[in-house]
Amino acid sequence: MEYGLILILLAVAFGLFMAWGVGANDVANAMSTSVGSRALTIKQAIIIAAVFEFAGAYLAGGAVTATVRSGMVDAGLFAQAPELLVYGMLASLLAAGIWLLVASSFGWPVSTTHSIIGAIVGFAAVGVGVEAVQWGKVVNIAMSWVVSPMLAGAIAYALFFSVQRLILDTPNPLASAKRYVPMYIFLVGFIVSLVTLFKGLTHIGIDLTTGQNYAIATLVGLIIMGIGILAIRRLKFDPSAERDFHFANVEKVFGVLMLVTACAMAFAHGSNDVANAVGPLAAVVGVVQSGGEIDTRTVMPSWILLLGGFGIVLGLVTYGKKVIAMVGSRITELTPSRGFAATLAAAGTVVLASGTGLPISTTHTLVGAVLGVGLARGIAALDLRVVRTIFLSWIITLPAGAVLSILFFFILLGSFGRGIFD
Amino acid sequence: MAPRSYITDLFGSSPIRPLQQHMAQVESCARELIRFVDAALAGDWETAAAQQRLITTCEHKADALKKDLRMHLPKGLFMPVSRPDVLEVLWRQDQIANKTKDIAGLMLGRRMQIPGPIAEPFRAFVARCLDAVTQAHVAVDELDELLDTGFSGGEVVRVEEMLRKLDAIESETDTIQVKVREGLFAIERDLPPVDVMFTYQIIAWVGDIADLAQQVGSRLQLMLAR
Repeated sequence: MEYGLILILLAVAFGLFMAWGVGANDVANAMSTSVGSRALTIKQAIIIAAVFEFAGAYLAGGAVTATVRSGMVDAGLFAQAPELLVYGMLASLLAAGIWLLVASSFGWPVSTTHSIIGAIVGFAAVGVGVEAVQWGKVVNIAMSWVVSPMLAGAIAYALFFSVQRLILDTPNPLASAKRYVPMYIFLVGFIVSLVTLFKGLTHIGIDLTTGQNYAIATLVGLIIMGIGILAIRRLKFDPSAERDFHFANVEKVFGVLMLVTACAMAFAHGSNDVANAVGPLAAVVGVVQSGGEIDTRTVMPSWILLLGGFGIVLGLVTYGKKVIAMVGSRITELTPSRGFAATLAAAGTVVLASGTGLPISTTHTLVGAVLGVGLARGIAALDLRVVRTIFLSWIITLPAGAVLSILFFFILLGSFGRGIFD
Repeated sequence: MAPRSYITDLFGSSPIRPLQQHMAQVESCARELIRFVDAALAGDWETAAAQQRLITTCEHKADALKKDLRMHLPKGLFMPVSRPDVLEVLWRQDQIANKTKDIAGLMLGRRMQIPGPIAEPFRAFVARCLDAVTQAHVAVDELDELLDTGFSGGEVVRVEEMLRKLDAIESETDTIQVKVREGLFAIERDLPPVDVMFTYQIIAWVGDIADLAQQVGSRLQLMLAR
């Protein structure tokens, strides 16, 4: 195995590059609703994103990774030529990373999930054969891209509707907010921790029964709720602000909720999207270390998840920061009550999908959620032309990722040649 | 690389705040009319001319706001209130400012003297019509709260109460208008005919201000009904 070390180093470098792209683009957008609603400052958003993205990637990033790594291509067909799988995954990482870089420099909204999946399908179909792609799985994943925005939209609609009914549309909105916002906080903590527990923490050596899962999730929810109640108590309300806008103080209470939701969003995003970068990386490392054996059931090594988390945070701090700053200066229409509904819906959908192992796009989930709040007549104006642009960039991302990855695949094949594992 | 975010682009510019700003401008324009009328009734044409210039400036500002808002309402916007409704409310708000300018312009241009016997009721008439404008402004200012409650429930009841009050003020102005007209009719034979014709014209225009304010209200009503 003369090339083993080089291949692993290449995989690490490309994986980091891709993770950097995820951090630079996706994370900034995922945090934008919190910053845009003035619930968080840019600095707070970056700290929260860094901590929780990392935690999400490490604690809950395992399941999706398996799908990305082995679900879409038929590993059996690579048994004769494991080097093709290695080249292909390397090519996919590089292709997706470069595509993200190009797209963000033009300001196109792209989904990191779509670019990596386009890349993997591309190299498998051309480099190996159309039969190497598990088209059924790919169709499932593609379906989930349609379903996830709709689901997020529906949840956001329901959430915002409940906020209107329980809090805004009552004789004393401030009292209602103090009463119900802690319950929303509990809901956020409960859902996120429950899904995380169900996906299993086996890779860090924790095994639990279902009953224990529920108990722990409830406990976590209650703890976060307690912190939330304390935070709400410490708020200072300004009666004079009510003259201009009746809900000024109510929105302050929602600010606390938004903070919790932002943490959940970062966690959910880390658990779902870190897999885009580390899945292929893990595949390469697995093949090289076993000297050409393809085992789809290997447990994700912790150091790879850590590396992915590190890459995401790096991308966030170096580039994503600028995006967040720009967002913070632009959105004024998003109040914490609306931002919370949209963000929680997106986070919830992402966490649920990660639980089932489907790699969904945070991008489209968030857009769907924002549209959901708009449908509940909660947002003053949404620009549907932008939705069209997002849709188009989604269509173009798949072939772009595929073409790039095919190109790099043949470059790698030419450089290293066949049969390196024989 | 210019950092961008698709989420920010997703939010179109809200029509609600600009609509409220426009209405605030229109109201401050209309409010100047009472000082103009006072100066005109006193025969102080120097002050009246200054007031008329002030009204014109205010009206231009309102026009600029109107154009700006129209520019920001492309067809691809998805809004909780329909685009035609927004444009209708805007148009009627703008008419209030235009009407105010016309009244001041005509009265100053002809150095119109409102005949003594109807001077007092005429002034009360103007003041009450301006109250209608203020009431319409109060209702328009409630739009952002309506947005937060999703155009439903208690907030809607509040706004409908405001609109009822607006209707009441408007019908009051109708009653006063009839009185002013009767007063003028009683003395019109002793006055120059052309002047009388124009006085009737001015009375009608002042009444139009209250009508337009009420129409702003009824357009809001339509927004709520959806």
